[in-house]
Amino acid sequence: MPSRPPTRAALNSVPITYTSNEQVEVYRFSIPVTIGVPLLALFLQSFLPLRFPLFRDYVDLPLLITIFFAMARRNPIAGLFTGAIIGLAQDMLGHNPIGIYGIAKTVVGYGASSLGVKLDVENAGARLLVTLGFYLVHSAVHYTVGHGLVNMTQTWSWSHGILAGLANAILAVPLFFLLDKFKQRT
Amino acid sequence: MESVLGRYRNLVILVGVLFLQVLGLAMQVKRGGNANDAANTRLIRIWGVGAITPFERVLVWAQNGSSDIWHNYFYLRGVRAENRQLKDQIEQMRLEQVRLAEDAAQARRLQTLLAFKEQFISRTVAAQVIGSSGSDLSRTVYIDKGESAGIKRDMAVITADGIVGKVLVVYSSVSQVLLINDQSSGVGALLEKTRLQGVLRGTANGEVVLERVMSDEQVPLGETVLTSGGDQIFPKGLPIGSVMKVGNGKDLFLNIKIKPAANLSKLEEVLVLVENKERQAVAEENVHVRAADILAQRLPSVPDKPATSANAAAGTAGTTANPAAVKTAAKPGSTAPATAPAPKKPSTSSNVSSASAPGTGQAAKQAAKPAAKPADQTSPQTSPAPKNAGAASDTEATPKPDASEKPASDQPKTAEPTPAAAPTPPPADAKPPADQSSPQ
Repeated sequence: MPSRPPTRAALNSVPITYTSNEQVEVYRFSIPVTIGVPLLALFLQSFLPLRFPLFRDYVDLPLLITIFFAMARRNPIAGLFTGAIIGLAQDMLGHNPIGIYGIAKTVVGYGASSLGVKLDVENAGARLLVTLGFYLVHSAVHYTVGHGLVNMTQTWSWSHGILAGLANAILAVPLFFLLDKFKQRT
Repeated sequence: MESVLGRYRNLVILVGVLFLQVLGLAMQVKRGGNANDAANTRLIRIWGVGAITPFERVLVWAQNGSSDIWHNYFYLRGVRAENRQLKDQIEQMRLEQVRLAEDAAQARRLQTLLAFKEQFISRTVAAQVIGSSGSDLSRTVYIDKGESAGIKRDMAVITADGIVGKVLVVYSSVSQVLLINDQSSGVGALLEKTRLQGVLRGTANGEVVLERVMSDEQVPLGETVLTSGGDQIFPKGLPIGSVMKVGNGKDLFLNIKIKPAANLSKLEEVLVLVENKERQAVAEENVHVRAADILAQRLPSVPDKPATSANAAAGTAGTTANPAAVKTAAKPGSTAPATAPAPKKPSTSSNVSSASAPGTGQAAKQAAKPAAKPADQTSPQTSPAPKNAGAASDTEATPKPDASEKPASDQPKTAEPTPAAAPTPPPADAKPPADQSSPQ
């Protein structure tokens, strides 16, 4: 019996291996969204601290965008490239060596897309936890690279990390729902 | 997406490889230019800044425009009262300025004696803060002035409150400023009263600390910290902030936490010191403007009197001038001349000297009060010119220059004192007699 050709859905979906046999959707984004949303995030990250100083200490919009794109695309290669590009762009705005945020966000992009392949991360609760977790991962990688490679003086504070992680996670939930509007099914 | 990749696969790979190479080059290539400015800037940074800052510039421009329209044309509540208050403040500051000018002149004379060289800020460029690094590990901001406005690397950036930082990277139309609370920043500092010197540094969490002050020194809380000029970036004497907390640091040094005078987290407009000059201190000669003279100019003067009484008044100097003037003030039609002679003879009457004491705005107001009151009282009875009475009551409320000067100029009798007038004030450039203690 000749095997049936794979359907379009099967080609563009990735099986969930941990929880069920359901298949999760893989999304793509238009080019303006792919370029415009990270640029807008970088712009806001640069501009808003002038008006709201706490924003710089507690919110990392480029990180949230990295997590969102990586989880939606569910492709580790795409995820790590997304993280690398956004991170490098963020590095350019500061005066520290270029690559610290790049490395941290590459790791997060890879991790988020890998997690997106295996878990359903479309509901609010999962997004909250995933963002909190990845914020801490991001901070840890950033601290390690900055401290170990660049010899920057940094202080690690669990309380600040968790507070900032929570702030980012809370912000991520509505932001991700907003960005869901730009998703296109493959 | 797959179909596009499949169709233009070679082209996509070519573009991707070219992009990576260009990116790699951009990370290595350093932009040419002046040795000090952009030569050490990586091309990728220039591109990144060039992509982000135009948006920020437009947004700031739009925000300021709408804010200006709102504040300048619609939201004017309380402006009149504020205006009045500011005028009062100007009066007080003028008096204070006279005192400070005296101090400065004295300091210059002393500096000349000691052959001091002084630094002064000869030119600044105002700039607007349009963006930041967005990271708590890189405390930098972007300003909307660059190489084209004459900005160069390592120029000092200040606000009216205190220092902000130094120019780190200069682009063609924007510059990156390293704030003093960044951990890689360092500023030479000294404490205003104790004159202890140290190095001001930023910390990883955005605080500012003064280092290199020995732990056996006494540093009072709240003491002002100034630039020492030792870093060759900030001129000496600019305010940095005040001592907030003193603790023990490493290696026999104190750890002094400083509260910056400028609000580093909410910067909007800054000044870049583009030119500092060093010159020999020069004492200015014959600049002896006293607070009393200023006050005399601002208040109404004595009406002309017959020559005989004028001579008599001149003969008795200021001792008789005051009561006579107060009486004259009570006469209808005269608009508070009582205070006019008072400041002109500052040393002869205790009332006068207190009224003309600089830096005491209350004293100036009190000086205006007795003059205005009689005018107010008499105006209903015999006032030939109600407008003047009104002006007098204005004077009572606040010694405004408009209110006090107008009647004097309107009425020929209360015109500015001429040499013929009896209670002649000492000329502005004349030195006070030796027995007259300067109000300063």
